[in-house]
Amino acid sequence: MTDHHLLEVDNLFVEFHTRDGVAKVINGVSYYLDAGETLAVLGESGSGKSVTAQAIMGILDIPPGKIASGRILYKGQDLLKMPKDERRKIRGAEIAMIFQDALSALNPVFTVGHQIAETLRRRLGMSKADATKKAVELMEQVKIPGARTRVKDYPHQFSGGMRQRVMIAMALAMDPKVLIADEPTTALDVTVQAQIMDLLAELRRDLNMGMILITHDLGVVADVADRIAVMYAGRIVEHADVHSLYKNPAHPYSKGLLESIPRLDDKGTALATIKGLPPNLMRPPSGCAFHPRCKYAQEICVTTTPPLLELGMERTSACHFAKELLDGRI
Amino acid sequence: MAASETILQVENLVKHFPIRQGIMFKRQIGEVKAVDGVSFELHRGETLGIVGESGCGKSTLAKLLMRLETPTAGRAKLNGRDIFKMSGAELRKLRRNVQMVMQDPYTSLNPRMTVGDIIGEPYEIHTEVAPKGDRQRRVQELLELVGLNPEHINRYPHQFSGGQRQRIGIARALALRPEVIVCDEPVSALDVSIQAQVINLLEKLQDEFRLSYIFIAHDLSVVRHISDRVGVMYLGKLVEVGTEDEIYSRPTHPYTQALLSAVPMPDPDARAHRDVIRLEGDVPSPANPPSGCRFRTRCWKAQEKCAIEEPPLILRPAADNHPSACHFAEQRHVVA
Repeated sequence: MTDHHLLEVDNLFVEFHTRDGVAKVINGVSYYLDAGETLAVLGESGSGKSVTAQAIMGILDIPPGKIASGRILYKGQDLLKMPKDERRKIRGAEIAMIFQDALSALNPVFTVGHQIAETLRRRLGMSKADATKKAVELMEQVKIPGARTRVKDYPHQFSGGMRQRVMIAMALAMDPKVLIADEPTTALDVTVQAQIMDLLAELRRDLNMGMILITHDLGVVADVADRIAVMYAGRIVEHADVHSLYKNPAHPYSKGLLESIPRLDDKGTALATIKGLPPNLMRPPSGCAFHPRCKYAQEICVTTTPPLLELGMERTSACHFAKELLDGRI
Repeated sequence: MAASETILQVENLVKHFPIRQGIMFKRQIGEVKAVDGVSFELHRGETLGIVGESGCGKSTLAKLLMRLETPTAGRAKLNGRDIFKMSGAELRKLRRNVQMVMQDPYTSLNPRMTVGDIIGEPYEIHTEVAPKGDRQRRVQELLELVGLNPEHINRYPHQFSGGQRQRIGIARALALRPEVIVCDEPVSALDVSIQAQVINLLEKLQDEFRLSYIFIAHDLSVVRHISDRVGVMYLGKLVEVGTEDEIYSRPTHPYTQALLSAVPMPDPDARAHRDVIRLEGDVPSPANPPSGCRFRTRCWKAQEKCAIEEPPLILRPAADNHPSACHFAEQRHVVA
């Protein structure tokens, strides 16, 4: 490994200032990404997984959002300290992003070819003809059938899966080193989801990109990810390689999630549940944010925020009892 | 689940939506065959899962069973009486007997009404179920039943989380003590940790009141967990029907197999040794479905016969002997 990672988020804090008060949505998130690997960021709504990605991209709405502290290092350079126009050179070119809802991410009044070519013309100063030619190539790369004719179609003329492919083509236009995929298949049917996930895995391998996959779907993570970071209430509560985490989770929240999903290969009996609701980030619980829902919670969990415990093999867990949980002692 | 009396019998249900063109004189230029000949039975106390991808007609089917749409053809008999021939008092009774839980707990509750009014509203129409003085108590009982605080009766929907709102929707569906509840994607808008709570609640209520569920969802794992029997839909037709075990462990229709194979499994070790079937392309338009077998355009087994002759949904003795609409039905183990 070189002296620095391709992308590194270091102790990031983000808050939203609203009429009702300050919501601390990201509370000290750190993770890294290397070329050619897939990091899954797993979490439920409001856990801060998308906000972290928006901070990396520099598309966070400021205000109401505010990056309180932390660093985001790309190839060792802090993006947060960079002048605006330099940051712009990285956004979309070095680090690209695709979104959940392709229909609202694409402009309905321009052809998809125009939208893919726009980046190339603006950034590389390509002529219209050249840019369109490259757009066709990109559409072929993401396996849109009949790309030569479809380049002139509008977003509404594509199916959900094909629209997602168009968005991927746009993201690939500048040969990014990092691709952030924010719930890329949540709106799609399973057979189409499988096609898109296969495509993303193939592109990541062929182009040697680092990919951050943001999702709430434990199945998708198991299928494609190398490492996984589980987020809860704006913190990473567990980080591990996928195999270890699924086999033996080291945080009660990840354990609860794994136990609460119905299985395709087994009808099973009553599902285990995580009691209660995710916390209100305006008024987060004291100590460990998960303690009101945790069945292992002790006195210390109410009073003290658990530090990130190193468990070896690049595993960490933000639980006072992570070691006991791993050894099956609780 | 022990075989019990049939509560709902659906026979060859068809719903075609006309496609019209023109401003003054609208001409019909075609029709969307949303539901095109669906038959099944639902037993008392049983859950029938309906799975399929967007556009396969599962929500139209739900609307037909609720009698919110008039079918183009076909019958659906509740306790032996065709629901589409009912009127007057009998129709009102049907409305009581068949209730619905909807997908989106944010838009299916009126934001200007209190929870008490939302759950109690059915009693305004069906006054015989709860006399006026009794209503508040009934509503509070229902709130407690679905795991909400009965004291929150005067709160508004926005004061509840998504999972709690779904519970309100379930309480409303239960208010008139129905026999059948049609659940259209009831947990797909919920977070994973909340989803399990709602599924467990639905199962508990079923045991308590011997409810029959039609459970429509696209999440195949959820459907397996909650269903006794499962029907797989493709382009307006049921392509395979069977018990939960038959469909998931011994599927015989290629579409069912492809669908199951596409579901990501929460087990990274399964990656290597799973049978992967990847379908090409998208679902054809229901306005212009392929001739013969509707799945043939995406099927790896398709032969000439499939384009000419539509395979009926019948028992296939050569392949596990549960109904499958494929000429070449054959067992294949796809769930690792």
